Amino acid sequence: MAILSQDESQAILKKVLSFSTSDECEATLSGSNGGNVRSARNAISTSGAADDVSLAVEARFGKRSGVATCNEFDDATLRRCVQRAEEIAKLAPESPEYMPLLGAQTYIAAPKSFAASTAGITPDFRAMQIGKTMKICDEKKVTSAAFLNDEAGFVAKRNNKGLEAYQQYTNLSFSITVRTPDGTGSGYATGDYNDAAGFDAGTLTQVAADKAAMSRNAKAIEPGKYTVILEPAALVANTDASLLAALMNALDARNADEGRSFLSKKGGGNRKGEKLFDERVTIYSDPTNAEIASLTFAGDGRPQKKMTWIEKGVVKNLYTSRFWAQKSGIPDIPRPGGWIMEGGTQSVQDMIKGTAKGILVTRLWYIRPVDPQTLLYTGLTRDGTFYIENGKIKHPVKNFRFNESPIIMLNNLEAIGKPVRVNGNLVPPLKIRDFTFTSLSDAV
Amino acid sequence: MKRRDFVGLTGLATGALFLPTFPSLGGNPVDPARLLEAVDPAVNKRLADAALNAAKAAGATYTDVRIGRYLNQSIFTREKQVQNIASGESFGAGVRVIANGTWGFAATNTVTEAGLAKAAQLAVQIAKANSKVQKEQVKLAPQQGYGTVSWKTPIQQNAFEVPVKQKVELLLAANAKALENGASFVNSSLFQINEQKYFASTDGSYIDQDVHRIWPTFSVTAIDKASGKFRSRDAMSAPMGLGYEYLTPKAADKIPGPAGSDVIGYKNSYDILEDAAAAAKHARAKLTAKSVVPGKYDLVLDPNHLGLTIHESVGHPTELDRVLGYEANYAGTSFATQEWKAKNIPFGSKQVNIVADKLQPGSLGAVGYDDEGVKTKQWDLIKEGKLVDYQKIRDQAHIVGQKESDGCCYADSWSSVQFQRMPNVSLQPGKEKMSVDEMVSKVDKGIFIAGRGSYSIDQQRYNFQFGGQVFYAIDKGKITGMLEDVAYQANTQEFWNSCAGSCDQSDYRLFGSFFDGKGQPSQVSAVSHGSATTRFNGVNVINTARKIG
Repeated sequence: MAILSQDESQAILKKVLSFSTSDECEATLSGSNGGNVRSARNAISTSGAADDVSLAVEARFGKRSGVATCNEFDDATLRRCVQRAEEIAKLAPESPEYMPLLGAQTYIAAPKSFAASTAGITPDFRAMQIGKTMKICDEKKVTSAAFLNDEAGFVAKRNNKGLEAYQQYTNLSFSITVRTPDGTGSGYATGDYNDAAGFDAGTLTQVAADKAAMSRNAKAIEPGKYTVILEPAALVANTDASLLAALMNALDARNADEGRSFLSKKGGGNRKGEKLFDERVTIYSDPTNAEIASLTFAGDGRPQKKMTWIEKGVVKNLYTSRFWAQKSGIPDIPRPGGWIMEGGTQSVQDMIKGTAKGILVTRLWYIRPVDPQTLLYTGLTRDGTFYIENGKIKHPVKNFRFNESPIIMLNNLEAIGKPVRVNGNLVPPLKIRDFTFTSLSDAV
Repeated sequence: MKRRDFVGLTGLATGALFLPTFPSLGGNPVDPARLLEAVDPAVNKRLADAALNAAKAAGATYTDVRIGRYLNQSIFTREKQVQNIASGESFGAGVRVIANGTWGFAATNTVTEAGLAKAAQLAVQIAKANSKVQKEQVKLAPQQGYGTVSWKTPIQQNAFEVPVKQKVELLLAANAKALENGASFVNSSLFQINEQKYFASTDGSYIDQDVHRIWPTFSVTAIDKASGKFRSRDAMSAPMGLGYEYLTPKAADKIPGPAGSDVIGYKNSYDILEDAAAAAKHARAKLTAKSVVPGKYDLVLDPNHLGLTIHESVGHPTELDRVLGYEANYAGTSFATQEWKAKNIPFGSKQVNIVADKLQPGSLGAVGYDDEGVKTKQWDLIKEGKLVDYQKIRDQAHIVGQKESDGCCYADSWSSVQFQRMPNVSLQPGKEKMSVDEMVSKVDKGIFIAGRGSYSIDQQRYNFQFGGQVFYAIDKGKITGMLEDVAYQANTQEFWNSCAGSCDQSDYRLFGSFFDGKGQPSQVSAVSHGSATTRFNGVNVINTARKIG
């Protein structure tokens, strides 16, 4: 029952709303099927599957609200769920940040966020893909640890003010770390897709294995300020915080207006409209982009549409709650599902060719905020860090700890490469000057 | 208590659900009254047997089933208003099997005999599919069946029985204290967890456990509008394996920091009002604190700060799954390999004695049995500076030539597969009497650090950088004022070898990590780390100040 069609979903939601006696009522139905397989030491370590469908009902009386959920869909259960939400709402305090439920919305045509190939994945498919990685690594006499995860799901919403929304989605993500038997080399590759037809574990395994072989016996070089080429997986991670995601997470209007953001202005207000980055930096979101198709509506039902966040280095828009938008008289913009950083046509290899001296970084790790005032973050390189000289990788280098702010980084931009999909975003490799490494790590 | 009575008493119920449920807590929002309903162990046994039988019929040679009811309530406030109150419940079952020598796992929220049987069959199907590409068969350390047993966190007051109104009033009172003392903003929250876990396996165990945890916390921000500068200070509470009694402060549980620091530590109970007032003063003081001069300093680390250092630099690298490479793609491996251990290289100075412990009262990690039916225990990890053992689960013990698990296998939900997680890992206090003031009096050039700040460590646990909440300069044996922009960087072995000793048992306290992440798909775990205030000599301190224009 996990993937309900639009008609099936809306039929349940209509019935739910018909049971309501509240001033405002909204029901959200969501469900997913998923599975995963994980390997280590060239063997499968864990593997599982789970499915779930759940209904959440929010009832409101005036500025009072209550929520209840259930995961059975007979009339009696649905009626009880609505009654419970109403009972809770009657007991709740009035919310000082109350906003009425949205009425009918116009959503852009749903993009291809759902692929039957992904929804149809079986345990045998997962075993076959992970088996392929293990075979390649056995042949190369290297050790792999990998993770394959797939999910197919849907979200449907309806309220008694006329809002109606529905969309299906699928996602597959894969990542692999390959280590050499002597423990001196490690390489990494990752990919994610709406449509599993574009996925081949073997291709990504080759990339990681090649990097592992190249990164053996790394040399120590002094920490300091270096020109770096940050691969897309070093800029946005699907396993950790990351520098570009940190920047996007900081584009919140309320924090900026309240004075606790790098976007806060001295004396009050925010820095929207200011040029804070290199003019080549343009970041936007677009749920219909074929490569990163995502939901066309936000959690509260607001439409997601193409939105420019940073244009030619200027902060163009900030996202905000509906309450703060109304209170501050600013545009009512939801947080995006995924985003796109505009880039050029150069590959990482092209960027290496154009570098006299620099460091190539495959992946960053354990990235944590140090100072929200300057958006300073710390973390480390891992799984493939190389010294570049005269347009070629000269030798692997030991991993570094960095202390750097994405704001400073995007002002020290040397070149932008061709964007690729990482964790539902399109991210280009970046060449950055004066990137700050503060210490060395012996970790491989 | 009847459901209606409870809802009436709560007053606020689950109102104001305008923010999403805290993601790490999971579950679906529910009527708070449901949090007091219990599940009959006899029903669970019948359901578990359905899974065990179905898996066996499908060809499993080993099966365990976990029927879990995970309850949580989180309350969020800011300044004078309630932002969100969410009562959540996640109920379902996970079935893990070995078939054809390979693990398989499936989970379902259809908690019926048919639902569990179907999940068991799917788990066997997955195991058999995987066995086609698997080379090594799973080897499980033998485990006796315990029959029907139970365990419960020894709480005095179930936090879910306390009316929501009372809890909200306490948080709003803490916010008021912060605002009265100069805070520009304050966000406070209270997390409460109750895991009702039923475990059964083909070893013959039927284990019923009732686990409780609580975490009151806040963050205070002070802003200087003229300069645009803002600084924050978070709560000095520790999440604990306790009931609501943790929020009834007792004078005997308050431990003052060094003279001149204005820091108060908390042991088994927490005074949130006092701490909120102090936090506001600290946040304001940070706006004008002196920026640290980078260099080598002797560090005096408060237990509420040192706990995280222990967690990252000792707890994680001694997890055997990391040592063996199971986490290589995500959380990383470990420098503390079996070969490294065999060389007897010092992990730390002789002052360093670190114990793994799943029994410690009040700790987040205390349970009676792990999630593969192993009774929990205490054991040594580091003895007089040498690594003597790891943390293990049943399918790893044979790899290091041992015959039993350490009881370290856990899942964060019925829908997650259980795997190796950290027990409480704690630094033993000094055996000789020493107060914090005595320790500080012997430091010529140092920094006293309290509270959990920014933290980052590499994937083999060598290079780390830690910040904190408050920093005080120590000059010639005395605290001389507050510092800012402080972070220390070190190599794990060098750091623990620079350990010059700890204060005694009277200063010993627990730090806690409520949402420790690991695994793919990522799971969270809650764990405590105890220590007394401890000195480390000659640690590299950097200045983290930057200008962004």
